[in-house]
Amino acid sequence: MRIARSESIATHTLLVLASVVAVFPLASIVVSSLHGVAGSSGGLTFDGYSTAWTQGRFGSALLSSALVSVTVVVVTVVLAALAGYALATMRVPGGKIIVALLLLGLVLPYEVTVLPLYELLTGWHLIDTYWALILPQIALSVPLGVLWMRSFFASVPVELMEAARIDGTSRLQSLRLVLLPIAGPALTTLGTVLFLFTWNEFLLALILVPDNPSVQTVPLALSFFSGAARSSDPAVTAAAAVLVALPVLLAYVFLQRRLISGLTEGAVK
Amino acid sequence: MSTAAPTTGRPTETSAPSATGGRRRPSPLARLSSLSWTSLLYVAPALAFFGVFVLYPIGISVWYSFYAYDGLTVGTPVGWGNYTAVFTDGRLRAALLHSLVLLLFYAALPVCVGLLLAGAMSRIRVYGLTVFRAVLFLPQILSSVVVAVAWRNLLAADGPVNAVFRAVGLGRFATSWLGDFDTALPSIGLIGTWVEYGLCMVLFLSGIVTIDRSTYEAARLDGAGPVREFFAITLPALRPQISIALVLTVTFALRNFDLIWNTTRGGPGTTTTVPSLYVYQDAFQNRMLGRASALAIVLTLVILLVVVVVQLALREREGPRRRFTRPRTPDRKVQSS
Repeated sequence: MRIARSESIATHTLLVLASVVAVFPLASIVVSSLHGVAGSSGGLTFDGYSTAWTQGRFGSALLSSALVSVTVVVVTVVLAALAGYALATMRVPGGKIIVALLLLGLVLPYEVTVLPLYELLTGWHLIDTYWALILPQIALSVPLGVLWMRSFFASVPVELMEAARIDGTSRLQSLRLVLLPIAGPALTTLGTVLFLFTWNEFLLALILVPDNPSVQTVPLALSFFSGAARSSDPAVTAAAAVLVALPVLLAYVFLQRRLISGLTEGAVK
Repeated sequence: MSTAAPTTGRPTETSAPSATGGRRRPSPLARLSSLSWTSLLYVAPALAFFGVFVLYPIGISVWYSFYAYDGLTVGTPVGWGNYTAVFTDGRLRAALLHSLVLLLFYAALPVCVGLLLAGAMSRIRVYGLTVFRAVLFLPQILSSVVVAVAWRNLLAADGPVNAVFRAVGLGRFATSWLGDFDTALPSIGLIGTWVEYGLCMVLFLSGIVTIDRSTYEAARLDGAGPVREFFAITLPALRPQISIALVLTVTFALRNFDLIWNTTRGGPGTTTTVPSLYVYQDAFQNRMLGRASALAIVLTLVILLVVVVVQLALREREGPRRRFTRPRTPDRKVQSS
């Protein structure tokens, strides 16, 4: 079926326009970050970056973010694989209630948990430590993780599991030897999505590590820095913002297909 | 939506073993074996985290919401007082109203833009689809703090947006967009539109590829134009994707703390306040813990309500023939035990 060439050109123009709009804000901060600090020679420089790095303590913030994100992802993926496996292949007592609670957890606004979380973690003397970020974020990642792994394990052909059972493998063995080897893509996608969410989380960091700069993550560091630096140089703030975005951008370049499918299909499931 | 109620008159639909394999159902293997108590060992670690750091705090929030409590002295029970305050306090009502305005920008507008783009793309062969998809999706992966910093620069009094206005001779409209009482809320709304439209489009595109191409060809042979084609084929087929897009964008719109905190903090004045902002301020700055909890509970219930309404309104109906999509089992159907 033929569609007029002019329509094809019009649609592509529309797409290019939409793409330019999507990229423009990011491109504009990259450009202004390279414009150099006020008073310098006007050429492209990395002064903004070095200033942001030293003044905003972004080196330490990036390290905190990496530590928190990696821990949350690894622990959640392990918990999710175990629970998802059981919910997909065994008759878990109360399984339907568990799944219903997890579905509830998917759309829950964090706002309803933050105040009691603050008091709980204060009682445990964990406020302003890495634990205050890691423990709640594992818990908040559990619903997505478990439901994701559950739907993956439910999609595995029954024959495969039955063959393993006939061969006399235990349930834990068949998870380790039969299912996990083919779960690579599902696990990677889940890990990438959780990494993105954890890396970008702002509200929890604002509330749970308010007074300890050495454990604060990059979104919080950027928020404080840009708030304090409102009157100062825009190039430095822009450079700081680029520093924060860079790790997820790099991950996106390599894993974009996985990330898009994870974020869209994860929602479907 | 009376037809959306569980179909008691048609038992075959709910109790027949599903050949298409509903996603939410456990695999047939699970049904053969008996109830397994040791399986709880696999679920326990995840549930422990979820229980201690999510369910328990929610319980506490519900508990606090019935007290006047400042976090230091003993609270006094106030019954439903905090809840009536949520709906009678002028500033909180204003905040809820702002959320409704933002819903238009964060949910309605992105879905419309996404549909328009996806509809146009369904008619042609798109070159560089993967690149377009990746680029349009970009706003989704950025931290909202980064988004806020970028847009604060763009919308500043001497920023690029105003430069464009001046360049085309509309300089009198140039303003400090986020600092002006009249433009702050719509400006934040448009940032939300920018964050969400790519997501909507990517979702809709993934739906369009499942539509049988021959239906388009048949429609064109029958002389249907692009508009007719869109409303007769594309739009009905995208019902599940529209439902997901609305759930995601509406949830994002109603939560919406990060973006506002890092752009306007509710200002100028109280023109851009939203409920989640007051949850934070009442809990951690004004020491009105009971009030903050009640507001958080209301916010949660509103989100749940919207999600349920969207799912019910847009779920695929059985019956009248719609063959444009592959058959799917509707989500969360009545479970046969």
